[in-house]
Amino acid sequence: MSQYALIGLYFVIAIIFGVAPPLLAWLLSPKKPNRYKGEVYESGLKTFGPTWIRFKPQYYLFALAFLVFDVEAALLLPWAVAYLWLPLYAVIEAILFLLILVIGLVYVWRKGWLTWM
Amino acid sequence: MNVLQFVANLFVNVGAWMGEVLHGWGLSPLWTAIVVKFLAGLVVAGGPLAAVLFLIWYARKVIGRIQDRMGPTNDGTAAGPFALLQAVADAIKMLTKEFIFPHGRDKVVFLIAPVLVVAVAVAIWAVIPFGPPDAGMQFVDLNIGVFYVVALASLTFFSMLMAGWSSHNKYANLGAFRAVSMIVSYEIPQMLALLVPVMLAGTMGMQGLINAQEVPFIVMAPIPALIYFLAMTAEVGRLPFEQAEADAEIVAGYFIEYSGMLFGAFYLAEFINNLSASFVFSVLFLGGWRGPWVEQAPILGLVWLSLKAFLVFSVLTFFWGAMPRLRIDHILGFSWKFLTPLALVMLMVTALVDKIVQIVGERGPSPSVSPWTRAGWLFLANAIVALVTAWVLYQVEKRQRAQREARRFAVVR
Repeated sequence: MSQYALIGLYFVIAIIFGVAPPLLAWLLSPKKPNRYKGEVYESGLKTFGPTWIRFKPQYYLFALAFLVFDVEAALLLPWAVAYLWLPLYAVIEAILFLLILVIGLVYVWRKGWLTWM
Repeated sequence: MNVLQFVANLFVNVGAWMGEVLHGWGLSPLWTAIVVKFLAGLVVAGGPLAAVLFLIWYARKVIGRIQDRMGPTNDGTAAGPFALLQAVADAIKMLTKEFIFPHGRDKVVFLIAPVLVVAVAVAIWAVIPFGPPDAGMQFVDLNIGVFYVVALASLTFFSMLMAGWSSHNKYANLGAFRAVSMIVSYEIPQMLALLVPVMLAGTMGMQGLINAQEVPFIVMAPIPALIYFLAMTAEVGRLPFEQAEADAEIVAGYFIEYSGMLFGAFYLAEFINNLSASFVFSVLFLGGWRGPWVEQAPILGLVWLSLKAFLVFSVLTFFWGAMPRLRIDHILGFSWKFLTPLALVMLMVTALVDKIVQIVGERGPSPSVSPWTRAGWLFLANAIVALVTAWVLYQVEKRQRAQREARRFAVVR
């Protein structure tokens, strides 16, 4: 467990390194806020239409597909770590698991989830 | 011990000396250990920052030369010999720029995003093994080292979403969505390709991975190495997968509304991510700190690893200078329809071939298989898969060309 205590110590250092540059810049920079500086940047034009645009459903489908395969990869990690000491049938079982997920990928592909509309 | 012996095992000796000094000042052993580790952490976190200053100059020079121009030079401005201090000048400039906050932004999230992205980029370096174990050259040797790196790399896309959404700007929003969908799509081939070295080494810990690489894994598993390299290029947002920061298209994408050091934080984090991705690739596939004379002088491990990582970083820089940006649907199609199936196939093939080689080897004259035999068979398996993939791609291309020709001649009626 002391390994993770060291990681915790390192996170403190990482956060210090994250906060320090903006903090330093805040101390050193001029502060002259101005109505025109705060306008939304749209290449020089006035902003047009609602800002928080509609969320394309395609992104949601990619995220769903990612979720399935990420869980699969996470479940494969313990198998990969123990691989060197496993007998051959365990390898065949893992290959069957992968094949079931390949079928899933083919289904997602054919249904058109992976095309960008 | 003389100077050479002191330097050969530098970090252990410096740490011991510092521990003695602190103990002499009256600190208890526990606090001495904590303070020494804290200083070591500062060095580990500060090293990449210092390296990045040099690498920004290197990248700009290389890209300049690729584009038939000089890159930063020292004519007219004082930026050091050959403009080596250009990055320092840029840093000073960014530190003194005004923060321009857009109206209607999400105040808290807007500020958290750059802090998070730098903190995560720095946090990855805790597990990078710069030298052999017991030489004080790795902050912590987690036994889930590789998994820790992947988990932290996924946190960068949180900060992308936070930056894009809280900026109250259509372009930032679009950029953030595209960047996130790209990063998320390339996580899968990256993790699947990562499973192959983990499988061949039997551990996720960084030192264990290097230990198992008498033959570097790039020889034993060249296709997973290639898949990992491409996925890693997409994860760090390097051209040709630069949708996150498409310069000419959506004008800096999700960090449009950031100015001064907040933008500098994203820029810095991108370079640090590039460097840590290069280091992780070197550990996973190029043999890490292995090289001649490392047993006698562990500090040489740092030298070898840095050289390998510098080589990988150079390749990434050549990509930046020489490649065009791909369209988002091409990028996503490439990941889901090519890299993911290929990675799955490689995982199955490597598992099967390695296990069969191991079983056959155990029944043979000597109980264990030499790494070179294993490497040879695995390389052969990779070569066969590469040939089959090339043939499949050729068939697909033929069919697509036939479809295009049919459509062209159909219109002429």
